[in-house]
Amino acid sequence: MQKITREQLIDKASKLLSNGTVSCVLGWKLGDFDYDVTPAVFNTVEELNEGFVFNDFCGANFSKYLVAKTGKVDGKILVFLKPCDTYSFNQLLTEHRFDREKVYAVGIPCEGMADIAKVKAICGEGVLAIGTDGEKMTVATLYSDEPALIDAKDVLAERCENCKSKKHVAYDELLGEEGDVIESNRFDEVAKLEAMSADERFAFWQNELSRCIRCNACRDACPACTCEKCVFDNPTSGVENKSPANSFEEKLFHIIRAYHVAGRCTDCGECSRVCPQNIPLHLLNRKFIKDMNEFYGEYQAGAEVGMRAPLVDYTTEDLEPGEVFDRRDTDA
Amino acid sequence: MQRVGVFVCWCGSNIAGTVDVEAVSEALKNEPGVVFSTNYQYMCSQAGQDMIKEAVKEHNLTGIVVCSCSPRMHEATFRKTAAAAGLNPYMVEIANIREQCSWVHKDILTGTEKAIILGKAAIAKVNLNAPLTPGESPVTKRALVIGGGIAGIQTALDIADAGFPVDIVEKKPTIGGKMAQLDKTFPTLDCAACILTPKMVDVAQNDKIRIFSYSEVTDVQGFVGNFEVTIKKNARFVKEDICTGCGACVEKCPMKKNPNEFNLGMDNRPAIYIPFAQAVPKVATIDPNACTMLKKGKCGLCSKVCTAGAIDYTQKDEYLQEKYGAIVVATGFNPISMDKFDEFAYSQSKDVITSLEFERLTNAAGPSAGKLIRPSDGKHPHTIVFVQCVGSRCDACAQKGKEYCSKICCMYTAKHAMLTRDKYPDTEVYVFYIDVRTPGKNFDEFYRRAVEEYGVKYIKGMVGKVTPEGDKLKVQASDLIANKQLHIDADLVVLAAAIEPDKSARPLATMLTASMDTNDFFTEAHPKLKPVESPTAGVFLSGACQGPKDIPETVSQAGAAASKVIGLLCKDKLTGNPCVANSNELMCNGCSACANVCPYGAISYEDKEFRMPDRTTKVRRVASVNPAVCQGCGACTVTCPSGAMDLKGFANLQIMAEVDAICK
Repeated sequence: MQKITREQLIDKASKLLSNGTVSCVLGWKLGDFDYDVTPAVFNTVEELNEGFVFNDFCGANFSKYLVAKTGKVDGKILVFLKPCDTYSFNQLLTEHRFDREKVYAVGIPCEGMADIAKVKAICGEGVLAIGTDGEKMTVATLYSDEPALIDAKDVLAERCENCKSKKHVAYDELLGEEGDVIESNRFDEVAKLEAMSADERFAFWQNELSRCIRCNACRDACPACTCEKCVFDNPTSGVENKSPANSFEEKLFHIIRAYHVAGRCTDCGECSRVCPQNIPLHLLNRKFIKDMNEFYGEYQAGAEVGMRAPLVDYTTEDLEPGEVFDRRDTDA
Repeated sequence: MQRVGVFVCWCGSNIAGTVDVEAVSEALKNEPGVVFSTNYQYMCSQAGQDMIKEAVKEHNLTGIVVCSCSPRMHEATFRKTAAAAGLNPYMVEIANIREQCSWVHKDILTGTEKAIILGKAAIAKVNLNAPLTPGESPVTKRALVIGGGIAGIQTALDIADAGFPVDIVEKKPTIGGKMAQLDKTFPTLDCAACILTPKMVDVAQNDKIRIFSYSEVTDVQGFVGNFEVTIKKNARFVKEDICTGCGACVEKCPMKKNPNEFNLGMDNRPAIYIPFAQAVPKVATIDPNACTMLKKGKCGLCSKVCTAGAIDYTQKDEYLQEKYGAIVVATGFNPISMDKFDEFAYSQSKDVITSLEFERLTNAAGPSAGKLIRPSDGKHPHTIVFVQCVGSRCDACAQKGKEYCSKICCMYTAKHAMLTRDKYPDTEVYVFYIDVRTPGKNFDEFYRRAVEEYGVKYIKGMVGKVTPEGDKLKVQASDLIANKQLHIDADLVVLAAAIEPDKSARPLATMLTASMDTNDFFTEAHPKLKPVESPTAGVFLSGACQGPKDIPETVSQAGAAASKVIGLLCKDKLTGNPCVANSNELMCNGCSACANVCPYGAISYEDKEFRMPDRTTKVRRVASVNPAVCQGCGACTVTCPSGAMDLKGFANLQIMAEVDAICK
């Protein structure tokens, strides 16, 4: 379904590796299954030809990997960025988290990535192999003789159904054409939650977050979570507590994390993609984004390097608390 | 583990009246770390302090919790006590069981319960306290006074008198302010100019004082003792050092029809002007909006007649960077606009004027050369109605005017009424008032003289409506004491407009990070005990920028502000506040979030080499705080995503420990 092929990407990477522009490549390699694609570093053309893959399951956002990798590599790193990844890329640059000089970013077009949970919902468990056939996807399972033929559009990940932008906001080189920012319906889900009563909403999150096993995958994949020392790993922070003491503390981790990334979250959706329990974690962050848009005007984290998020900015024009207090009547 | 001593104060009956102090000291005995707990009638007394010192020695205390009044009152006292006993003064915590407890509770049971909880919180905090040492910073021995009215002039003269250099920044072309516009001053009726202009000359002649007239402060950086201020000198198109103030240019300027600001637009001035005869500096200024040479490049007459060659049409705004140890705000006041008070027909008739306009009308140097006339036809008015409290003491819901009393109007109206009756006994003078407020030396005697000796008709009641009809002003009013409606045909109506802080005060407060109240008056550090200090260290307040004031009050406050500045400038070094932010470099991401929210510019970044767990080294960008600039506001600590930024003395863990202790 992707417009760009594995061969094109290998070709590009091989050229850049051979002519010395870059010294390594951040790409994807297969895991145990076709849908189980993992980020990997490729140092030679041979390694690329052998292991590099690109398919509908290459959702990983590589921006975060640059934080650790740029400090360790001599020369430049080639990174392939989908449009949504470029926002995280800019946000990390804003926060001075990696050296731009050490990166060669190639923007690649994205037609939306597939969600294996949706595939399994249609085809059942025991998926053996997944192939593409134009707009269709072939899924072979343990329990059927013939591979099922499903519509790729039906198994799009939620974040891709509500894709907010096909525009690359950062790159050194772009494969394919320049895209546009899209009018998405990504806040509809949040609006639904807002429409609930407090009790209903609490029940909703209780139901979702009680499944959390605190594997920390969301934090580890989140491009906004790049702290040298995470508060949850810091014994002196007072919140380093691996197992929740009660059902409310199950929520605390996610609420604290949502606050920590507020204003910096680009809504890339990695948290929900990597969650083994399929908790829609992105909704927490999206609620923050929606609120910020409504309170302070539209703000897209990572749209440009050097932007200041409304919650963590200070200017001399800022209102004094007294003025805000005075304005409460006129604005209401 | 700390060894904590708890000292519960009765504050006479202030605390002991609603809090069982015995029960509090008993309950806190068993808290973690506490090795000694007692209570005493007045902990702040010498005997109480000695008790603390002895307990420190006897029980080897490492931390002290005093359950007493607000730390704003006696924190400094107990810190000194701790220091005298050999402890670090920052090992003292105060639990405020007076303002936050005994004074707000009536019931002794709830009062006692809350006092115990607040005590527990303070103990939890002191258990995590660490000794702190304040840093030192040098003092720039020069003061800045913003505003050149009587407040600024007096402050500058007093500071200069002590031997320190002072700069005055005044946005108008001359110093003098509102007082220069006044005629006589109450209650002695001496002429304002006669007492002000000698002071203005003193300022001009004092070699310690520099005047930046026609200038504004555009930026303030730094902190107490070390302010860096940008001053914008607006282009006046006249070379200040060459102009002799002869006035030949003013005579010859053909563009004569521009409203004269000094006379509140009641007459005209040329495009090049000197505001008044005694102006300091006596230098001409060209109004760029009126001058045809500046607008169209034609004319140049002033340049031709200037024998000194002072005219410079190419002059540009100039920005100066200056350093100061202290800043005095003396931005003064203005009468409010009469736009929202159309019932008095201010916009409809020239004969409805404000009191400041009346001052100019009766001033010998004013538009009518001191003759009291109606501005519309130049005739002598026979019936004058003064309306007090126009825009003062207004209802908050009315959305117009000010809630506060402007304080000076009662007295100047009495003065106007008396002077009118004195000079023109054929004039009938009415004063409508809500209350006549005359608390001041010789003030009430003055007002009574106006009524009793000069026959001014004081009527309690407000004017409801003024309607211009023919050459008369129909005044409709109520007499509350006689309980009847009055209709007066007046020739002149004078409105005692409320006064408000100058518009330049709000942006200035932002630059200075000095706080203001909702009326844009600067807030003092303490309404009774620190009336001339702003809460921002090194920023002082003089005159009406802090609240409505008459001249005697302004001058005494100006002197008080000056003495505070002198006290500051006398010091060679300032001891800083040790409760400042501190970045844990091992945890810092270098993301700049803290620097972006720091209102004081106290945070910078440096690249540092770190040893990594795998024995490699890595260069990372990390934040570092300038402790001399940091004010300890804590904005950075709540912004930092990793928790690397923390406030000494108010660490996140300490605050959490307090919250935990309260919630237990």
